[in-house]
Amino acid sequence: MFLLLPFDSLIVNLLGISLTVLFTLLLVFIIVPAIFGVSFGIRKLYMKTLLKIFAWATLRMERGAKEKNHQLYKPYTNGIIAKDPTSLEEEIKEIRRSGSSKALDNTPEFELSDIFYFCRKGMETIMDDEVTKRFSAEELESWNLLSRTNYNFQYISLRLTVLWGLGVLIRYCFLLPLRIALAFTGISLLVVGTTMVGYLPNGRFKEFLSKHVHLMCYRICVRALTAIITYHDRKNRPRNGGICVANHTSPIDVIILASDGYYAMVGQVHGGLMGVIQRAMVRACPHVWFERSEVKDRHLVAKRLTEHVQDKSKLPILIFPEGTCINNTSVMMFKKGSFEIGATVYPVAIKYDPQFGDAFWNSSKYGMVTYLLRMMTSWAIVCSVWYLPPMTRETDEDAVQFANRVKAAIARQGGLVDLLWDGGLKREKVKDAFKEEQQRLYSKMIVGNHEDRSRS
Amino acid sequence: MGSRSSHAALIPDEDSLRRETGFSQASLLRLYHRFRALDTNKKGYLSRMDLQQIGALAVNPLGDRIIDSFFPDGSLQVDFPDFVRVLAHFRPADDEDAGLRDPREPEPLNSRMNKLRFAFQLYDLDRDGKISRHEMLQVLRLMVGVQVTEEQLESIAERTVQEADEDGDGAVSFLEFAKEEEENGSGRQLVVSTTVCLKTQLPGRFLVMVISVWNYWKLLGIITTTAFIILL
Repeated sequence: MFLLLPFDSLIVNLLGISLTVLFTLLLVFIIVPAIFGVSFGIRKLYMKTLLKIFAWATLRMERGAKEKNHQLYKPYTNGIIAKDPTSLEEEIKEIRRSGSSKALDNTPEFELSDIFYFCRKGMETIMDDEVTKRFSAEELESWNLLSRTNYNFQYISLRLTVLWGLGVLIRYCFLLPLRIALAFTGISLLVVGTTMVGYLPNGRFKEFLSKHVHLMCYRICVRALTAIITYHDRKNRPRNGGICVANHTSPIDVIILASDGYYAMVGQVHGGLMGVIQRAMVRACPHVWFERSEVKDRHLVAKRLTEHVQDKSKLPILIFPEGTCINNTSVMMFKKGSFEIGATVYPVAIKYDPQFGDAFWNSSKYGMVTYLLRMMTSWAIVCSVWYLPPMTRETDEDAVQFANRVKAAIARQGGLVDLLWDGGLKREKVKDAFKEEQQRLYSKMIVGNHEDRSRS
Repeated sequence: MGSRSSHAALIPDEDSLRRETGFSQASLLRLYHRFRALDTNKKGYLSRMDLQQIGALAVNPLGDRIIDSFFPDGSLQVDFPDFVRVLAHFRPADDEDAGLRDPREPEPLNSRMNKLRFAFQLYDLDRDGKISRHEMLQVLRLMVGVQVTEEQLESIAERTVQEADEDGDGAVSFLEFAKEEEENGSGRQLVVSTTVCLKTQLPGRFLVMVISVWNYWKLLGIITTTAFIILL
């Protein structure tokens, strides 16, 4: 290389060696506990420190705003429409009553002003509706020192800018390479480990080994994302022969759940790196991978899942019935397919704390690689996982009612809004049954009165 | 990245739009983000399809008519200024005395008359300035679906037109409509109240520059640091 003076070369060597040693020590310090499932509590400490810094940052911004006599742009997670939830009947009566000076018992059947109700409701949904906003990232109440979530640029003082710059330095130059190295290690260990286990003859030892290889690699991946997970009610963890059902926010959900239990995965066969991982995993223990053509055939899917569930030696299946990623403020309609199988359902609620890093994958906006990069350059992924008690289908319930019951339980536990809409609304149009419901209610108002009139 | 910038200068003709519609800068910014969120293919305008995607609007019995009001005269696109102009009809009416307003300036979009005009055009499909019995029947049919028989609907439509019609031409003109609603005073109902009414300012130019430069160099930074680590 270059010709360096002896003194300079000494410095270069010293720097190079110390950095390498530091880096390797860090890797070892993180991977070894992952193998044994031990945690030093460093991540929790990191989280506490970050929280203090965020609170300070928001205070500074509010102070800056107060000096200029302005108010901060505060996002509204509950929507911007100031409305009370009243029914169609009450609202139309209100409209008629507010104007009409006629006596109430002489209620007319139809007023020209009845359309005002529908008109106003329509405009409200154009301005802000419950579903569209679930497909974009949740807005934060206080700033978390990431430029991607900042709306109040002008109130940032010099001190705050310096802090933000420091944050950028730490996240991109220290945390990111560390995380990429960890992820790389985790994935390669998974592939190599499961392939090796696959060569063993089937038996208790193979199962034991495959479980632990999977667990170890998922733990390393969890550390690769600096995910700080709190598990609640671990006694309700899914058992063999059951189906584990959870709300879906991102592909990371799989890693989060699988690092605390043993699951059989369900999914489509992919090409590329994912395909390699899938093929390796299925050698060690039976996962359920479908070819692209088989996915359309619902009976085939149901048959394979039923077979898997009935074999008590196989691990519980992990399924996300929403079918698509939602932004973790609500739970959308569950697809009934997995609830028709008739196995015990173990619901799990996952709630992310968006302060440290938004885990939602907006698949229309970001590809997989960009998404992973965003994940790895956030501060951390903090989430809580609740294992709910198992549920079975009652005799008088059909699959849809059962799915809604499970969904309500998950929404209640996670503090999410329980919506009836289909997550597929992202791509498809809504059914007419809902419109007919509204039409029915309204016609009762104008024709129901007509019947009274003809009677009197 | 940078998609959530609070830069009000993103909105074209922001000042004139603000004056025309009466929305505050914060509300305009909100509506602009909403416009961009609805514009799924980032075309810069909204088509009928984009509005039909809103689930709660598709189940509204008058959903199609409401969407039509955004596309007057058979146009197929609505850009942001037109979008906001329609929504401006639903701002709460200003309580100022009508006499204080300069009579030479055009009436504000959210005046009672303009609100009623908006509601009128939901009935009046062919834009001839009158609601005929046939048009009344069509709107009624939209609102009740298949729940009510044709005869009942016809009698309701007949009765309503008769009650409102003063000059006996068998149709309801706008003035007759307005008079009917004047008696009822229900123009107040055409209001959507929102909880956004904050003022914001243009962000500091320097800071915006710093952050945009950073966004540009981010990728470079990642590549250099990983290369650095590997070479070590």
